[in-house]
Amino acid sequence: MEAFIYDAVRTPRGRGKPDGSLHEVTPVQLAVQVLQAVRERNAIDTADVDDVILGCVAPVGEQGTDIARLAVLTAGFAETVPGVQINRFCASGLEASNMALAKVISGEAELAIGGGVESMSRVPMGADGGAWASDPNVAYSTYFAPQGIGADVIATKFGFSRDDVDAYAVESQKRAAHAWSEGRFRKSIVPVKDVIGQTLLDHDEHMRPETTMQSLASLKASFTAMGEEMPGFDTIALLRYPDLEKVNHVHHAGNSSGIVDGAAAVLVGNKAMGEKYGLKPRARMKAMASVGSEPMIMLTGPESIADKLLKKAGMSKGDIDLWELNEAFASVVLRYMQAMNLDHSQINVNGGAIAMGHPLGATGAMVLGTALDELERSGKGTALINLCVGAGMGTGIIIERV
Amino acid sequence: MATTITTQIDADGIALFTIDVPNQSMNVITPEFLTDFAEAIATLASDEAIKGAVFASGKASGFMAGMDLKYLNAMLRDATAGGGSTDMSALFDKVFVLNDLFRKMETCGKPVTVAIEGTCMGGGLELALACHHRVLTSDPRVTIGLPEILVGLFPGGGGSQRLPRLVGIQGALMYMLQGKNWRPAEALGMKVVDELAEPGKAIEVAKAWVKANPDAKTQPWDVKGFKVPGGSGQFNPGFIQTMMAATVMTTKQTQRNIHAPHALLSAVYEGIQLPMDKAIRVESKYFAKVVSDPQAMNMVRTLFVSKQAAERGARRPAGVEKAPTKKLAMLGAGMMGAGIANVAAQAGIEVVLLDRDQAAADKGKAHAEEQMKKRIGRGMTPEKMAQTLGRITPVTDVEALKGCDFVIEAVFEDAAIKAEMTNKVEAVLGPDVIFGSNTSTLPITGLAAAWSKPENFIGVHFFSPVERMPLVEIILGKQTGEAAIAKALDFVAQIRKTPIVVNDSRGFYTSRCFGTYVMEGTQMLAEGVGPALIENMGKQLGMPVGPLAVSDEVSIELGHKVTLATRKALGDAYVASLADDVAAHMVEIGRLGRKNGKGYYDYPADGKKALWPGLGQDYPLALAQPTPEAVRERLLYRQLVECARCFAEGVLVTPEDGDLGAIFGWGFAPYTGGPFSAIDTIGPKTVVETLDRLAAEHGDRFAPPQQLRDMAASGATYYGSKIVKAA
Repeated sequence: MEAFIYDAVRTPRGRGKPDGSLHEVTPVQLAVQVLQAVRERNAIDTADVDDVILGCVAPVGEQGTDIARLAVLTAGFAETVPGVQINRFCASGLEASNMALAKVISGEAELAIGGGVESMSRVPMGADGGAWASDPNVAYSTYFAPQGIGADVIATKFGFSRDDVDAYAVESQKRAAHAWSEGRFRKSIVPVKDVIGQTLLDHDEHMRPETTMQSLASLKASFTAMGEEMPGFDTIALLRYPDLEKVNHVHHAGNSSGIVDGAAAVLVGNKAMGEKYGLKPRARMKAMASVGSEPMIMLTGPESIADKLLKKAGMSKGDIDLWELNEAFASVVLRYMQAMNLDHSQINVNGGAIAMGHPLGATGAMVLGTALDELERSGKGTALINLCVGAGMGTGIIIERV
Repeated sequence: MATTITTQIDADGIALFTIDVPNQSMNVITPEFLTDFAEAIATLASDEAIKGAVFASGKASGFMAGMDLKYLNAMLRDATAGGGSTDMSALFDKVFVLNDLFRKMETCGKPVTVAIEGTCMGGGLELALACHHRVLTSDPRVTIGLPEILVGLFPGGGGSQRLPRLVGIQGALMYMLQGKNWRPAEALGMKVVDELAEPGKAIEVAKAWVKANPDAKTQPWDVKGFKVPGGSGQFNPGFIQTMMAATVMTTKQTQRNIHAPHALLSAVYEGIQLPMDKAIRVESKYFAKVVSDPQAMNMVRTLFVSKQAAERGARRPAGVEKAPTKKLAMLGAGMMGAGIANVAAQAGIEVVLLDRDQAAADKGKAHAEEQMKKRIGRGMTPEKMAQTLGRITPVTDVEALKGCDFVIEAVFEDAAIKAEMTNKVEAVLGPDVIFGSNTSTLPITGLAAAWSKPENFIGVHFFSPVERMPLVEIILGKQTGEAAIAKALDFVAQIRKTPIVVNDSRGFYTSRCFGTYVMEGTQMLAEGVGPALIENMGKQLGMPVGPLAVSDEVSIELGHKVTLATRKALGDAYVASLADDVAAHMVEIGRLGRKNGKGYYDYPADGKKALWPGLGQDYPLALAQPTPEAVRERLLYRQLVECARCFAEGVLVTPEDGDLGAIFGWGFAPYTGGPFSAIDTIGPKTVVETLDRLAAEHGDRFAPPQQLRDMAASGATYYGSKIVKAA
C-alpha cells in the first residue's frame, strides 16, 4: 500500500532557557497544540486516527510516562486513539513519522500522526541519565565521548578548519533569516498560545542573523577542556582514530545546533483516507531507512543512509532535487556534502538547526515539513531528508511530491 | 586447632582475636588463616559469653599485608591452567570464600572492631572495612591501602563495595584505581578509619569502643534508607559524572589493555546499586573474571614474584659470601657516573668520584646535591643531605682510589679509552678488586681483556636517569666469575634496584631489544606509514611513548652513531635497514632529537611538542595505509622475536630476567608481564605463525628462531607449564 503525507506542522522554536518564550509551556501542551492544529487544519474526525507516534529524547520528568498518549487525551482526541513515545535520539521526530508511514503501508493504520516534542528548557538534555556514559561497560564498548567530540573528530579527520565550520554557520544564519523574511515557513508554523489564549511565540527566536565570521571568531571552542584535560575524551577519540595526531576542536555554540523548545506533527495516511476528507496528498514516501554507523565519531551515519535510501528507491543522486540534513554541527553537514559531492546550494537551502535550533525529539518532523514546503514553493519534485543520530546512527526518507 | 589466630576473652566478654600467621614475616591470608578465621567468626557468633570482638595482629611488622603470594600465585595459575576453559562457577566459589566470611563477620550480631598497629594492605584492609569500627595507630609512618590494581587485580574481598559506601564513590575510585595508600591522618580525614590511637594503644581504644557501644552491630549500609556519601544512582548527576570521568581517565591509563581497572569500575557501578549481599557476589564475579585472565597471573608473576626474587638474589651464586661494597671507585663523573655516585652515597656507600679534571668531578658531585635538594621535605633533610654528600669525594688522581673495594667505569664509550682507564686503575687497586663497566653497547668480553683477571670483570649497565630507573642489567663476559656476579648483585641490592643477569652480546639484552622498537617504527615512517599512526599505536600497545618520540628522547644522533659503530664492527654481516637511512637523513638535516629542540617532533618553547610537519614531505604518506592493528602487530612482534632470539642464543638464561628487563629496562607493555609471558600467553605456535607471516611480508628480521619453532611444535612454553592460549 502507498503512504502519503497530508500535512506537516510545527511550533516556532523558543530559546531553550528560562528566558525563552516557550519556557512556561509544558511539553505536553506543546504536543497538544500541534496535534490540535493537525486536527483543525485538516478537519479530521480523530476517531479515524489509528496511532500517534511522538519522538522525545529525554522522556523523563514531565516528558515521561508516554507523553504521546497523554498529549492525545489532553488534546481532546477520541479516547480510542493510542499514543506511543519513541526515542531515536536526534532523529526521533523523523523516525516517528517513518513509523507512522510504515503503519499505513502495512495496513495497521489508515491514518496516523508522527511527530515529536522536546522542551529542552524544562527537561534538560541528559536528564534521563542512561547507561551510555555512566555504565563503565557500556561506555567502554561504545567508545563513549560526547557528540561534540565526535563532531570535532569529523572536522579533524576530513579536514575542516575553524574557518570552514564558522563560514557554514554564518551562511545557515543568513539563509534562515532570508527564509523567514520571505515567509517560507508560514505554511507550517503553528504559533504557541498560553493558557489564556495569547500568542507566546510565532517565530524562531534562536536566530542571530547578524552573525559574522568576526563575531564567531570570538567564541571559544566548547570541547577543548573536556577533550584535552578533564576527563580527556580525546584519548578515546585517538584510540578509535589513531591516524590523527590530535583532535582539532572547532565547534562552539555558534556553529552547533541551538538548544530550543518545540514540537511538530506530520499527518500521514492511505489514499482512501485522503479521499474521505478531501485532502490532497502533498507527497508520497519513496524510501525510508535507518542505519548504524561507527559510534565514537557518531555523526557520520547520514552518508550511509543516503546510499541506502537511493538504492531502495532505485534512484541516483541526480534524481534528488533537494537535500536536507539536520545541522547538528557544522562539520556534519560539511562532511556529508564532501562524501556525497554536493554543493551547498543543493542542501539546507533555508538554513537549519544552527540558526533555528534543534528541539531533539521534534527536529526530525520539522525538517521533513521544511523540505516539503520548499519543494512546493520551488516547484521541485524530490527531497532526501536525513539526520545524524547519537551512538552512531542515521535515519532518513526520500519523498516525492504527488 | 587454630594455628594463625589466638583468642582471649576478657572480663568484659570482649574477645581479642590475635592474628599471627607462623613462618611469615608479615601476616598474610593463607588457606590456614581462612580456616581459622571462619572458626573465629563462628565462635564469635555463637558463644554467648562473647559480647563483641577486637581483631589485632600478633606481629610487630604490622597488621596484615594481604594475600599470601604463594597462595595467590597458585590460585592464578590454577585459574588460567584451563587455557580459557576455566570452570567459572567453581572459581567463583573459591574467590567468594573471603567475601562470605567478611559478610558473616559484619552480620554476626555483635560489635566487631579492628586495632591496626601497622601496615594494613589489601585483604587486611578489607577485613578492617568489614568491621563495625576501625582504630588505627597515629604513627605517621604507617600506611594502609588497597594496592591490588598494581598487579592486575582489584580489591575482591568486599573492598570495592565497602570503601565507596564509606567514603563516597569518587574518593574510593581514586584510591583503588591508583592503588594509592593512606597515612593515618588522611585515613581518618576521609573516614576510612574511625579513630586514631597513640602507637601501642589501638587494642585498648578498640576494646573501649566495643564496651561503650554494645549495640553497634549493624553496618550503615544494612540500615534501611542508607545513602552512599556523595550520592549514587542513575538520577544523581554527580554519580553519572563520576562514573563517566572515571571510565575515561582509566582508559587513558590502560589504553584498553589492562582489564582489572575496567572490571573494578563495573563492580563499583553495578554493586553500589545493590544491597550488600548481592553486591559482594557481583564483586566476586568480576574478580573471578580477572583471576581467570592470564593477565593477572603474568603481572603478579613478573611485577611481584620475579621482581622480589631478583632483588633477593635469585641469580646470585649461593656459595659466595656476602660482599657489600664499602667504598666505590666511580670512574667518570658524567651524567651516568654522577647518578651512580648519588644513589651509592644515598645507600651509605663511600664514593671516590674520578674524572679527568677537578671541575668535571665537582660537577658530578653537584649533580648529587641538586638531586637531593629537590627531595628536601620529601624524605630528605638538610642534615641527611650534608652527610650523604660527605661520602662523595671528587678527585682527579687515580691514586685516590686506594681502598676502594668495587669499581664502576662510566667513561667515554670507546674501547681504547676504556682499556687505558682500566689499566690505570688496576695499577692502583690490583686485579683482585671487582671491576664493573657501565657500557651500554661494547661487548664485555672484549673490555675484560684489559683487566689481568677477567674473571673479576663484569658489566653493570645502568639506565638513565639513574635515580629514577629501577633496573640494572648485569652482563657476564665469557670469563666472568662467581665472585664478580655476587659483588655486582650485592651492590645492586644495596642501592635497592632490580637486577637482571644476562650474557654478553652486542647491545646485551635491553639495548638490543629496545632498539628494535625504535627501528621498526622508523622503518614504517620510511615506508610512508603516517607518523601519527605509528606513534599512537606504540602508545596503544602499552609502550610509554611512541617509537619516534623515544628516538627523539634518547637522541637520533646517538642512535645513528651506534649504528655506524655496529656497522663498522660487523662489516659484511651487518644488515642495513630503511630505518638507518631515516636516522642518517635526520642527522644530516640537523634534526638530532629533543636535545637540540628538533627531531621527529618540534619542541616549541611555549607549547606541546608536535610531529614535525616536514616529515610529510620527506616521507610522503603511502596511498594505502596499514590498519592500526597491523602497525601494532609489527611494533609488538619485532620486539618479541628479538627477545626470543636472545633466549635462543643464550644471552638470556631465564625468562624472568627477560620479562623484568623488558618492563623495567625499556618500558615494555607491563600488562603482558613481559615479552616471554606474552609469548607463553599468546602461545608459541600462534607467535611462530604470526612471525612467519610478518617475515614473508616485511623481511627476515621477523623470522622466528629455531628454538621457538621447536617450542611451538612440542607445546613447550618459556615458563615450563602447558598453558597455551589462543590470542
